Amino acid sequence: MAAHSAVLSMSKIINPFWGGRLGNTVKVFGTTLTSHRNKTLRSVSELDCLCGSMQLITYEMPPLQPPPAKYGGRHTVTLIPGDGIGPELLNHVKEVFRFSCVPVDFEVVHVNSALESEDDINNAITAIRRNGVALKGNIETNHTMAPSVKSRNNLLRTSLDLYANVMHCQSLPGVQTRHKNIDIMIIRENTEGEYSSLEHESVSGVVECLKIITRNNSLRIADYAFRLAREKGRSRVTAVHKANIMKLGDGLFLQCCREVASGYPDITFDSMIVDNTTMQLVSKPHQFDVMVMPNLYGNVVSNVCAGLVGGPGLVPGANFGRDYAVFETATRNTGKSIAGRNIANPTAMLLAGCMMLDHLKLYEYASMIRNAILTTMNETRLHTADIGGQGTTSEVVQSIMRNIQ
Amino acid sequence: MAGKAWRSSILNLLRQWGLSLNGKDKIKAQEVSRVVGALMKDTPQPRTFTRGIQTVTLIPGDGIGPEISTAVMEIFDAAKAPIQWEERNVTAIQGPGGKWMIPPDAKESMDRNKIGLKGPLKTPIAAGHPSMNLLLRKTFDLYANVRPCVSIEGYKTPYTDVNLVTIRENTEGEYSGIEHLIVDGVVQSIKLITEQASQRIAEYAFEYARNNQRASVTAVHKANIMRMSDGLFLRKCREAAENHKDVKFTEMYLDTVCLNMVQDPTQFDVLVMPNLYGDILSDLCAGLIGGLGVTPSGNIGANGVAIFESVHGTAPDIAGKDMANPTALLLSAVMMLRHMGLHGHAKKIETACFDIIRDKKVLTKDLGGNSKCSEFTGAICQRVRDLD
Repeated sequence: MAAHSAVLSMSKIINPFWGGRLGNTVKVFGTTLTSHRNKTLRSVSELDCLCGSMQLITYEMPPLQPPPAKYGGRHTVTLIPGDGIGPELLNHVKEVFRFSCVPVDFEVVHVNSALESEDDINNAITAIRRNGVALKGNIETNHTMAPSVKSRNNLLRTSLDLYANVMHCQSLPGVQTRHKNIDIMIIRENTEGEYSSLEHESVSGVVECLKIITRNNSLRIADYAFRLAREKGRSRVTAVHKANIMKLGDGLFLQCCREVASGYPDITFDSMIVDNTTMQLVSKPHQFDVMVMPNLYGNVVSNVCAGLVGGPGLVPGANFGRDYAVFETATRNTGKSIAGRNIANPTAMLLAGCMMLDHLKLYEYASMIRNAILTTMNETRLHTADIGGQGTTSEVVQSIMRNIQ
Repeated sequence: MAGKAWRSSILNLLRQWGLSLNGKDKIKAQEVSRVVGALMKDTPQPRTFTRGIQTVTLIPGDGIGPEISTAVMEIFDAAKAPIQWEERNVTAIQGPGGKWMIPPDAKESMDRNKIGLKGPLKTPIAAGHPSMNLLLRKTFDLYANVRPCVSIEGYKTPYTDVNLVTIRENTEGEYSGIEHLIVDGVVQSIKLITEQASQRIAEYAFEYARNNQRASVTAVHKANIMRMSDGLFLRKCREAAENHKDVKFTEMYLDTVCLNMVQDPTQFDVLVMPNLYGDILSDLCAGLIGGLGVTPSGNIGANGVAIFESVHGTAPDIAGKDMANPTALLLSAVMMLRHMGLHGHAKKIETACFDIIRDKKVLTKDLGGNSKCSEFTGAICQRVRDLD
């Protein structure tokens, strides 16, 4: 206890000068530690016996983010079931959380994608503003509807200004893939770029779609990428672009990345054109460390990387804004064709739940559930159909719950 | 009657008329098939078969371009392909009015011959003129870029059994080059999709599928986000699908295609898409089979013009050292032969090339061996002669 208060008072003194860049490694001995607004806390849990010294680094939010709402020791999190396999997977998440006695209450908000009015999604956005954190399934966008009906997921991201989409692709030893030992972090700008949804038909038969790149957003995402790279101890950041063709747009993005890079001399910065990037990813993926890119290239690259490590059912993703965080699967699939058949892979959604628990600073629960998932994947090797096994979703979830005990 | 029945009846008729089938005036059965095929199909054959020598414009290019062009010419010589080469150089010159263009003799040669084979062209940075590839594209209105990606047996990659074709719209889309600085710090890039270009590429994709016995065409899009632009592209694809009921048509989101491509590339056949997605996906597929050094590519233009090219760079570091790998240009030339209808020669040269790579005795450095380019070429020439 004395050690704790000493550390606390030390950080109270140091923090105003260093503005939150101080990284403390403080072991949490089961007591809660009230955190200051700008203090970063990192805890590293090491799994020795079961998974053969695999180091798990918990995800944390960068500084400048307010602590999530916490009433009576329990957190409230917005849950948006979405379409397709979203509802069933999120039910499993709720099951696992209840089983592990995680102090999180879910506020379920349904969004009906078939309706044209935006009331549903606005309700969801208000709920997230209230709670600060959300866990969501993908909401389907019917692209045969009129262009005025915007994608719900996109609306959510832009209204809450969730500017960074972070995805950590790590090969799991128990999953059979063509490439082994991949470890790539992808940071994708989440609000502008090609996803601005600004289109018009100036002349009949000619459609223009605008891609917007702004200096502010590019600087913001580059800064986020470098900060995250530094916090995770990564050595290289690669910017992915197409500035040889889109000289102004991607040129601005690249320039912002270079500017930010100059402020982080300990991290190497290089850039690569997007078509070369995809080619390198399928032949030599181990050359990549952290990648930062605008919206559309982020879509392509994140899907390629997800495919490389084993598929959409394995990788969780997070969307961070200044004030809010929304967690989902990395590749944002609705999985309509496998909905309701008990064959979907719950890993991605469960790992997204663990990321959320880390964000809420419930590190012990997060590591407990994560270890159970990894044991099922790597030791027991109970896999669902998408990674070549024969298990059903419920069997996998049961196995995970057994491992938690 | 079926094609074969027509063919045998015509052959019998010719025999009756006394036209020799095995003598000096050899009428090959394939020729009869070709004519029957042309008569049976509604659309004209891509290249009407002439029994004479076909002239092709050859643009050697820069860097390793001349070496690999020579290699290809040697191999074609050994295969006795009825091709006559007309070499031209392409550099950017400024015409009257300040507009950049290619030399007039190159343009005239291409317009006359309609078929071209091009090596890698270098674009010096800050040269003041647009890239050479862009100039060629604009000059001949090369609207479709076709890249067949087939796994090469001797060249091991983590992906086997890849057999797909990417057809990419080459003129508009995200690469229209229209950009504005709206206010300081805000840049807008315009992606242009037109009905005419989308229709043209969709029609071409289905024609290609039909002519090359491909079972399905998949349109790749992102219409959930770019509703109007990719929506227009999709509509045109659907309309073209209506006119070609024999080819299966599916639509798939770009991210789903990327995800599935790296997990199981065998599920794809022909992919058609706008410019940016095409750029990324075609390079992704090239990476699956082993990179740009072994990938052929063809550009189809309006007015029957077609330019086949190797898409790798000029490799100035190995230029002139007899180390280059001519496979990409060779396979593009084989694509060219198929486009012209010379399937027999195409098969012979392609088989020889794949056999040599599979044998692994004589391979250039990038394929994992340490032979010279001339040795590699020599081996292929020898195999071609043996196959005769």
